[in-house]
Amino acid sequence: MTPDLQCTNLTKKFGETTAVDNVSFSVPAGSFFSILGPSGCGKTTIMRMIAGFLEPSSGDIQIKGNSVLNVPPNKRHVNMVFQHLALFPMMNIADNIGYGLRRAGMHKKDIGFKVDEALERIGLPGIGQRRVNELSGGQKQRVAIARCMVLEPDVLLLDEPLGALDLKLREHMKVELKSLQAAFDTTFVYITHDQSEALVMSDNIAVMNAGRFEQVGSAQDLYYRPDTAFVAGFVGDSNRWSGKVIKQDGSNTLVQTTSGLTLRGATQGRALSEGDTIDAFVRPEAIRIAHNAQDLASFDNQISGTVTSILFNGAASRVMVRDVAGHEEVAVNLPQSGEFANLTKGAPVHIGWASDQANCFGAGVA
Amino acid sequence: MHREAKLGLILLLTPFLLWLSLLIIIPHIDLLLVSLRERVGVGEYKISLGNYLTFFTEPLYMMTFLRTAVMSIFATLLTLLIGFPVAYYIAKMAKGRTQSALFLLCLVPFWVSELVRTFGWMILLRETGIISNLLQSLGLAQGPVEMLYNDAAIMVGLVYTSMLFMVVPLVTTLESLPDEVVEAGYDLGGSGLSVLREIVIPHAMPGIVSGSIVVFMLCLGNYLTPTMLGGKESLWFTELIYSQFIVRFNWELGAAFGFLLLILSSVIVWGMLRLTGQSLEKTMG
Repeated sequence: MTPDLQCTNLTKKFGETTAVDNVSFSVPAGSFFSILGPSGCGKTTIMRMIAGFLEPSSGDIQIKGNSVLNVPPNKRHVNMVFQHLALFPMMNIADNIGYGLRRAGMHKKDIGFKVDEALERIGLPGIGQRRVNELSGGQKQRVAIARCMVLEPDVLLLDEPLGALDLKLREHMKVELKSLQAAFDTTFVYITHDQSEALVMSDNIAVMNAGRFEQVGSAQDLYYRPDTAFVAGFVGDSNRWSGKVIKQDGSNTLVQTTSGLTLRGATQGRALSEGDTIDAFVRPEAIRIAHNAQDLASFDNQISGTVTSILFNGAASRVMVRDVAGHEEVAVNLPQSGEFANLTKGAPVHIGWASDQANCFGAGVA
Repeated sequence: MHREAKLGLILLLTPFLLWLSLLIIIPHIDLLLVSLRERVGVGEYKISLGNYLTFFTEPLYMMTFLRTAVMSIFATLLTLLIGFPVAYYIAKMAKGRTQSALFLLCLVPFWVSELVRTFGWMILLRETGIISNLLQSLGLAQGPVEMLYNDAAIMVGLVYTSMLFMVVPLVTTLESLPDEVVEAGYDLGGSGLSVLREIVIPHAMPGIVSGSIVVFMLCLGNYLTPTMLGGKESLWFTELIYSQFIVRFNWELGAAFGFLLLILSSVIVWGMLRLTGQSLEKTMG
């Protein structure tokens, strides 16, 4: 089956700077694809090239197997939900949703019917006569999606549309967007700098940095099996240490950090040899905390230390632990099962993690 | 404390109230009174509507009045037609330094007095002027061409003097239109023309109306440009007012004319607001 959207060796240069550098990817029909990256990484540029507002310097964009390079934006079967939604304030809701249909020359009666159907679908029936500024943020969001979806586009592009919403609504809209995508059964391409948006909603995620895709994969791939140091650092939280490989023995790597902490890590098949400078990443949630050293017997990395601070944040609470020798401070997730409820600053604790949870990447690669 | 606040308010309002009453309300009340009296003998007056009656019975006055109104409306439309693309370019297409440079260019003509500016047009358009000479040297015209003293010359002058007052409000409203909204118009299948009609113009409506009101009033009340560029061939209503007051010493009729002009401009502005569905608060606020 031809993918709904396929980009091949897409490159965009603005003068001397390369905003998008030889990016290729394809999005299968009906899937939710996200491009995740820090601001300024070029993700918006890709989006604008797909929508047709920017001409690629080289490479090809195909929608349903046909190149759209010479098709103007108003002729592409691609619609976009803009960052600030860009609803037309001079029209009411029904006219906003019907705008594209009017432009397509549809009969007035059919437009009314389709608009009502779309409003029904987004769960806001009967608001057709309201003005844009009478709606709440979440309602506007849904209207903006409905305005695109009535045109039955091959691909719907979403440019950080949740950025302007407050936190509670954003959490709610994540679930809602995913179910809208399933309801409309359309291919969504979503760009964001917020990893939780990408992880929750997407079938596939591309992590982008400095104009290139670092890794494309499912949320689990990116989280558990990052390909590069950038992905390991960007997706999820990590303790990050720079250091040197002091002993390489098969899959077992012994690392000494610049501050002198020795730990065992895993290379996941990446070629590293003794003396290489590396970055090691250990997620706070992969580290076990215990009152007794015996509880950690199964881990090949064990450190004894003291609590230097407690960062209470409900379910995402952390403690900072400094090892006895005072080399490093390690962030550790605090289990909320109650046994560490009276942990105080300065208390002695033991922490440990399995060596395959410590991802090592050669420095300079990222 | 309460008394101090009150004093402050009075002090702040005083200049405005003085300006309003001394320069606008009192002269207009006097003008109204003058327009409503008729001289029956030396130093003897009686109240009558005779001056207004004269206006309606004398075709020259009536025709000049209508002509001035129609040409002012036409000049306003022409200014809008030329000013809109200029404003759109400045607000939406030009970026950074070009934008401020272009905006400044619109202002440059106003560094020179209106009189000098109008003389500039005379130098260009008169029989022995630059354009006439150019046409002759190119062989496009046999003899000298007179381009002054007609309606077209007045129109050129009026549009030129009014341009800034149209461009400024248009630039302000167009700048407040997010690029995203225009792009959304294209993205959803709109063509350039339909985006202009359904998105850009409705958004710019307050600017269009406020610019038009200002330009229309400036044209209607303009004296210098029609007199200098139109000459005797193209009478403007302000010239009639001037001649009643200064040449004929008929202050009564002049005052009546002045009042009629005030009523005319109010009616046309009101009609314009009704027609476009705008309110004065929306366009001026």
